[in-house]
Amino acid sequence: MTRLGGRAGHLVFGAWILLLAATPFIASNYFVKIATFLAMYAALALSWNFIGGYTGYPSFSTAAFFGLGAYSGALMQNAGLWVGFAWIGAALVVSAFAAILGFAILRLRGHYFAIASIALADVLMLIASIWAGVTGGGEGLNVKIMPGGPDFIGRVFLYTMLGIMLAAFVTTVLVDRSALGFGLRCIQQNEDAADMVGVNVTRYKATAFTLSAVFCGAIGAAYASWVAYISPVDSFSILLTLKVPVMVLLGGPGTVLGPVVGSAAFVILEETIWAKYLDYHQAVLGVVIVLLLFFLPGGLLRMLSRRSGR
Amino acid sequence: MSEPLLTVENLSKNFGGVQAVRNVSFELRKDEIVGLIGPNGAGKTTVINLITGVLPASAGRVLFEGREVTGQRPFEAARRGLARTFQIVQPFPAMTVLENVMAGAVFAGAAATRAEAEAVARANLEFAGLLPQADKPAASLTLPSRKRLELAKSLAMKPKVLLLDEVNAGLNTSEIGAALDLIQAIAARGITIIIVEHLMKVVLSLSQRILVLHHGELISSGPSADVVNDPKVIEAYLGSKFAERHRALTQAP
Amino acid sequence: MEYGQVIANGLMLGGLYACIAVGFSLVWGVLNVINMLHGSFIILGGYLTFFAWLHLKVNPLVALAPVAAVLFSIGFLVQYLLVNRVITQPVLTTLTLTFGLDMILYNAMNLAFEATPRRIVLDLGRLHLGGVILPYDRVVAMALALVLTAILYLVLRTSRTGRAIVAVRMDRDAAALMGIRVNRVYAITFGIGALMAGACGALVAVVFPITTSVTGLFLGKAFVICVIGGLGSVPGALVGGLALGMIESLASFWFGPQQAILVGFLIMLVLLMVRPTGLVGKKGYE
Repeated sequence: MTRLGGRAGHLVFGAWILLLAATPFIASNYFVKIATFLAMYAALALSWNFIGGYTGYPSFSTAAFFGLGAYSGALMQNAGLWVGFAWIGAALVVSAFAAILGFAILRLRGHYFAIASIALADVLMLIASIWAGVTGGGEGLNVKIMPGGPDFIGRVFLYTMLGIMLAAFVTTVLVDRSALGFGLRCIQQNEDAADMVGVNVTRYKATAFTLSAVFCGAIGAAYASWVAYISPVDSFSILLTLKVPVMVLLGGPGTVLGPVVGSAAFVILEETIWAKYLDYHQAVLGVVIVLLLFFLPGGLLRMLSRRSGR
Repeated sequence: MSEPLLTVENLSKNFGGVQAVRNVSFELRKDEIVGLIGPNGAGKTTVINLITGVLPASAGRVLFEGREVTGQRPFEAARRGLARTFQIVQPFPAMTVLENVMAGAVFAGAAATRAEAEAVARANLEFAGLLPQADKPAASLTLPSRKRLELAKSLAMKPKVLLLDEVNAGLNTSEIGAALDLIQAIAARGITIIIVEHLMKVVLSLSQRILVLHHGELISSGPSADVVNDPKVIEAYLGSKFAERHRALTQAP
Repeated sequence: MEYGQVIANGLMLGGLYACIAVGFSLVWGVLNVINMLHGSFIILGGYLTFFAWLHLKVNPLVALAPVAAVLFSIGFLVQYLLVNRVITQPVLTTLTLTFGLDMILYNAMNLAFEATPRRIVLDLGRLHLGGVILPYDRVVAMALALVLTAILYLVLRTSRTGRAIVAVRMDRDAAALMGIRVNRVYAITFGIGALMAGACGALVAVVFPITTSVTGLFLGKAFVICVIGGLGSVPGALVGGLALGMIESLASFWFGPQQAILVGFLIMLVLLMVRPTGLVGKKGYE
C-alpha cells in the first residue's frame, strides 16, 4: 500500500492546518479568505472520498448535501437558533437525509446510481425554488450577519472550516485503518465477492454515504452563515458537484491525504490561473478534467510515489 | 452421529417460468465429502447460490446447524461458517494476495485485530502454497494460483462447511492432482465439503457420497459406487440409447 | 384551459422529447457512456439553425440537414479522439470526462452566442380543432421530430451500419469476433447521437427560446426519458418521450411549470428504485 499516509502524512497535514490557522496573524485578509476556502474544499473532498474514493461509487451528490445543509442551517438560524447549534442541526438533517435515501439509491450501480445522485440535487433545488414561502424561492434567502466586524467574522469562519476539515480528516484516518475502510475497499474491488467474504455490504455502503454527507451539510450551513445570502442555483451548484470529485481524482482517491492534496492544488490553480480568465472559467475546468483523466490516472499522490521509487 | 450440519428441504427456484431447481432435498453430516454432479445446466451452481443466499429461494428451506437460514444474505452465510468458492474466480484484483486472504479472516473469520488477521492469512497462504506471492497483486496470479487463493481465502473464514464450485475448471491434469491433494488436506482439518464437479474421476476419488442433479431435480443419491452404476444417471449423462445398450450388456449372462 | 388542450400540448411536447432523448439513449445503450454533452448538442443545433435563419435567411427546415451533418462530425470526432480513450474505464471516469467536455462546449457557446434567449419565430398560424389550439409551428416541429425518429429506427434495422450498431449493443465482444470494427461503431453511434440532438435542437428553436442556461434542463429530460422508457431502443425513447410530455403537461396544468419538472424527476427517482430498466427496456447495461 502506497504510504504517503502514515506518520509522515499526518505530520504534513498537521503542519498544513497550523499554517492555515496562522494566516490571520501573518497575512492579509485575502489570504485568510483563501485559507478558509482551502479548508472548506478539503472537507468537501474528504467527504466525497468516503463514497467515491474508498467505495468507488460514482456519487454526484455533493451539491445536494451542501445545499440542503445551507438551507437547513439558514432556516434554523433565522428561526432564532444559535449559530453553532444551527450548523450541528444542519449536519444532522443532512445525515438523516443521506441515511434514508442511501438505502434507496445504493442498491443501484454504475450509471443509474450516478444519475440518481445528480437527481437528488435537482429535486432539492426545485423544491427550494418552488417552496418560496419557506425558502424565499428564486429570490434567495438572507441570513443574519454575524456581529463583530469583518476581521472577527473572517477568523470565526476560518476556524470553523478548519475545525470541520479536521473532523473530516480524523474520521478518514479512523475509517482508513478500520474494518470499515477495508470492507469499503473490498466492495470497490468486487462487491459480490465482498458479500461472500462476510462484508455487510448494505450497511457499509450506507455508512460511507452518510459519512460523505455529514461534513458537507456542516460546511453548507457554515457557508450560508458566512456569506449571509443563499439561493437555489448557487447552493445546489452543478459546478460544485463536479469540482469536488475532480479534486479527489486529482489528489488520489481512496487515500487519506489525496483529497487534501487535490483540493489544495485545485484551489491554488483556480486562484492563480483561472481567476484571471473569468470568461473562460468553465472551459479551463473542462480542460483540466481532460488532462487529468488522460495523463494523471490515480492522481498526484500516485505520480509522486512512483517518482520516488515507491 | 448427531443431527446433520446442513439440511436442504424441498428447495426450489424458478426464474420467470424456467424451473431451475425443483424440490431438492438432502442432508450433509459433519466431516463428509459429498459430490454434487450433473450435466451442464443441471442447476448445481444455482443450488449453491440458494444455500448461500446469493439467490432467494422460490420454495423450500435451508437449515444450518439446526437453525433455519432460508433467505439469509450471503454475508450472513459467510459469518455462520458457510463458505464457497466461485467457478469463475472472484478475487479482489488490485489488492495483494495477503490482503485478499485477510479479508476472509476479518469479516467472516472473526479476527479481532489486524495482527491476528495477518497471522491467520499467512498461515492459510502457507497451507495453500502461496506464501511467496503474498505481496503480489491478486490480478497477477496464474489461474491455478488464483484457485488456490480462493481456497486460502475461504479457509481464513474459518468455515464449518465449504462449498466448492468447479474448482478444477480450466486446470490441466497435473494442476488438478495438486488441487485434489489440497482439498483432501482441507477435509483433514475437519471441514465438511460439498464439491461440485464435472470430472468423474475427481468426484470418485474424493467423495464418499454423491448427489446427482438433472434438469434441476435430484435423480440419484447415495454411495459413489452405487450412483455411478445407477441407470438413471447413465441415461442423464450419456443419453437413453447408451443407457439401453448398457443395461442390455450388463444383464447379459 | 381544458383537458383536450392539455393532452394536445402533451403530445406535441412528447414527440419533440422522444427525438431529444433517442440519441442519448442510443449512446448510453451502445457505448455504455452517459453523454453529458447531449444537452449542449441540442442547444448548439438550435443556435446554428437560429443564426442561419437570422443572418442567412435560411428556412429552418432547409437548415436541418447541414446542421445535422455538422453535429454528426462533432460527435464523431469527440468520441473518436477523446471519449474512446477512456471507454473501458469505470463510470466515474467516463462521466467526468463528458462532463468536463460539456463545460468546454458550454463556455464556448456562451462566448460565441451570448446568453440572451433566441427563438425562431415562424408565424405559420394556428389550427383550431374542436376547441383545441394547435399552433402550426409546433405541429410541424412535432411531426418532423417523429419523422426523424422513424428514420433512425429504419436505419438501425435495415442498414449495415445500423445493424452493426445493434449488434454491438447486444454483445460487444461477439460483434468484434464477427469482424465488426467496434471503435468505428462507437464513433458513428456517438455521431448519430449528436446528430439527433442537433436536429431536434433545430426543431426546438422553433418552439422554445434557445439559451445556454437550458442545456442542463434538456439533459435532465433525457435522463428521465431513458429511465421511463428504457435504454438503447427507439421505441423506448418514444414511450418515454410521450410519457414525459404528458406528465409535464398535466403537472404544469395542475401545479405549475417548475413543479412539472420536479414531478418528472421524482417519477424518475421512484422508477430507479423500483424498476430501473424502464417500461420497455431490457436489462442492458447498468
